[in-house]
Amino acid sequence: MTVELAHLALMLALSLALVQAVLPIWGASRQDAGQRERALSLAVPVAVAQSACVTLAFAGLLFALGENDFSLRYVAEHSNRRLPLPFRLSAAWAGHEGSLLLWLQMLALWTLALARWGRSLPAPMRARVIAVLGMVSAGFISFTLLNSDPFERLAQVPPDGRDLNPLLQDPGMIFHPPLLYMGYVGFSVAFAFAVAALLDREFDPAWARWSRPWTLAAWSFLTLGIFLGSFWAYYELGWGGWWFWDAVENASFMPWLVGTALIHSLAVSDKRGGFRHWTLLLAMACFSLSLLGTFLVRSGVLSSVHAFASDPQRGLYILALLTLAIGASLALFAWRAPRLAAIPAFSWLSRESLLLLNNLFLLVSAATILLGTLYPMLLEALHLGSISVGPPYFETVFVPLMAPLLTLAAAAPFTTWRQTAPARLWLQLRWPLLAALGLGLLLSLSTLHSMQAALGLCLGLWVLLGTLWHAGHALKPGPGASLLQAWHRTPRATVGMWTAHLGLAVFVLGVSLVRTLEYSQDLRLNVGRSATVGDYQFRLAGLTRRDGPNYLAARADIEVRPARDPQAKPVLLHPEKRFFPVQAMPMTEAGIDRGFSRDLYVSLAELGADQSWGMRIQVKPFMSWLWCGVLLMALGGFVAAADRRLRLAGRTQACAQQAQGLPLALSPQGARA
Amino acid sequence: MTARRKRLLLLLLGLALLATATALVLQAFQKNLVFFYTPSQVLAQEAPQGRSFRIGGLVEAGSLQRGGDGLDNRFVVTDQSQRLSVHYHGLLPDLFREGRGVVAQGRIDREGHFEAEQVLAKHDENYMPPEAAAALRQASALPDPSTEAAP
Repeated sequence: MTVELAHLALMLALSLALVQAVLPIWGASRQDAGQRERALSLAVPVAVAQSACVTLAFAGLLFALGENDFSLRYVAEHSNRRLPLPFRLSAAWAGHEGSLLLWLQMLALWTLALARWGRSLPAPMRARVIAVLGMVSAGFISFTLLNSDPFERLAQVPPDGRDLNPLLQDPGMIFHPPLLYMGYVGFSVAFAFAVAALLDREFDPAWARWSRPWTLAAWSFLTLGIFLGSFWAYYELGWGGWWFWDAVENASFMPWLVGTALIHSLAVSDKRGGFRHWTLLLAMACFSLSLLGTFLVRSGVLSSVHAFASDPQRGLYILALLTLAIGASLALFAWRAPRLAAIPAFSWLSRESLLLLNNLFLLVSAATILLGTLYPMLLEALHLGSISVGPPYFETVFVPLMAPLLTLAAAAPFTTWRQTAPARLWLQLRWPLLAALGLGLLLSLSTLHSMQAALGLCLGLWVLLGTLWHAGHALKPGPGASLLQAWHRTPRATVGMWTAHLGLAVFVLGVSLVRTLEYSQDLRLNVGRSATVGDYQFRLAGLTRRDGPNYLAARADIEVRPARDPQAKPVLLHPEKRFFPVQAMPMTEAGIDRGFSRDLYVSLAELGADQSWGMRIQVKPFMSWLWCGVLLMALGGFVAAADRRLRLAGRTQACAQQAQGLPLALSPQGARA
Repeated sequence: MTARRKRLLLLLLGLALLATATALVLQAFQKNLVFFYTPSQVLAQEAPQGRSFRIGGLVEAGSLQRGGDGLDNRFVVTDQSQRLSVHYHGLLPDLFREGRGVVAQGRIDREGHFEAEQVLAKHDENYMPPEAAAALRQASALPDPSTEAAP
């Protein structure tokens, strides 16, 4: 009964979404004030009702999973009685149908957020944004209902379900997909703002300011989602790898790169009114790449852990949706864009020019990833042979593109809008520059002996020191202004920028160090024997049987001591080998000891004929830095999204014009982003 | 310098950067493409010498032998028409089984054996790596194997 109600709610949501898509746009174009008023005032209630219906449908699926209702095909295929409740619920997004529902649920959450926090927007603008979200929602709900119905009943009810893939039975499964989707879907809000701005006859340049907090929030969620996926792969799937340039990872990374370009170019559109065409196009590209990501993952053209069993029709539908979204928005752009004002002029060295370069590098890297991801599929589809593009391609291309980007990241905050004197920039930047070069070269040439590490360290230190230097200048207590006052005067957007750039620096340092210093060894050990790997001695102290609720497992106790000091108190690692009888599938649970300066990582392979266990032992220096760096980036995004100026943007349009006239120089009184 | 000329200069600089990037990308792309061959193609000398490529097929039942330290693995990959012997030093993945699909990346050594750098077996019992399925299809041993992917 609950399930039928949920199904009904989804159908109701479709009709509401259609109303939501049409009514506000029709209303906003009315001449008659009364009619206009009534239509616009309906936009929010309709959107809230639509979101509520989607939420009901999603709750219905969760309920069926919680209750073990195996008469539902979806539940029977993805769950099992013995599966613990949190995993049963997370099975809601383990399959194709459920993850579409999750997509819709996230869209509903964004719509509700817009209804709640978007009150400061002008009514016609908000109504149009809601209408565009309604169109997206209608597209996805009809897809779900027509060809991927999660509420399909089985004629014969099986006694138990087929269980969730053991790889997915992990806390990562509970958080990674919702956060990632929150980010993907969040870019549809940025897209909706762009389309809404274009739909308006009098193009309002303030749209960039309104769109900024939403785009920043979406970007931060996407960052968190990618982080969790990578973190999960590191301890579960990857045998210690954390990024594989797998097509699905690339599918999430491309919108991230373009999204990063978008949040930077939005800053120019907001502050200077520049890059307007460009920013609009970026917002569309970002959303299209999110759709492409959904298409790649859901259509089954990819073979990976993320690919679901599927039929080509589904891929075709998403492809059609994608074509429609891109085609329609580009057509709208071509029709309306010529009316936009010209870019205010800027010099070759200015904040605008550096941000333009930032966008260029980010877009080129996204394009190279797109090439490496799509080319093999294209060949495959055209029956021109089967090839794969491995990590070496992405690494050779990505690093040279990121190096100039990192160089800019530390310098750009010091530049001023319109024009910056090179001599002045040099005076402001020479200390962090010299310190980063000196320290980086010293460290890498004295201990690391690697050119790549030297490059990575110099760049990482440069961004780190440059950002700290900038923050130090801005927060310097001057006459009549204490540190606290300086802090209060600094916009949250600037604090967010510092946090994110520091995160980038820490991430780059972590990656450079781990890539240069890590080592690994495959070996076999009997109980009681030990082996020395690098600076550490690993001893297989014992083995115990540790069965879980739905699996059998062997757990190894491994003692790790420094090789130089065999009497020291050992660090204990507990890698496990699990076997899941329902799917007859073995799983490797790594034993990891995380530390500030190194991760110790042991994964068990298989038991040999001589009772010895095969294992891979890895030492990964500064691995935690990498994770901290990404988390800082996401945090920075959230901090910037919470900027009061941006939230109150609608009410204080005057300050936009005011900001345009002000030359924003770096002064002891505080820099403004 | 007039503003117009400056803008032109900036544009040229951007284009030059873009061209460099494109050249870099295409070169790296050329160098790092990994092609796929079936055992039949490898034995017919169609695979490149001295360059890494991928093979796929079934691990022949009863062909797996482990050497000295238990990490030296030798097995035969077959497309049901030709057999190719493969050597791999290291730990085999969890789902590596005799009689199941496998994909390996590596190169041909002087004696004509395949020296694998990497062995991939996918995460689901029902799942056959598409390349392995393709190899079998090409050797027409299987009509059309299910290429259902894992969630």
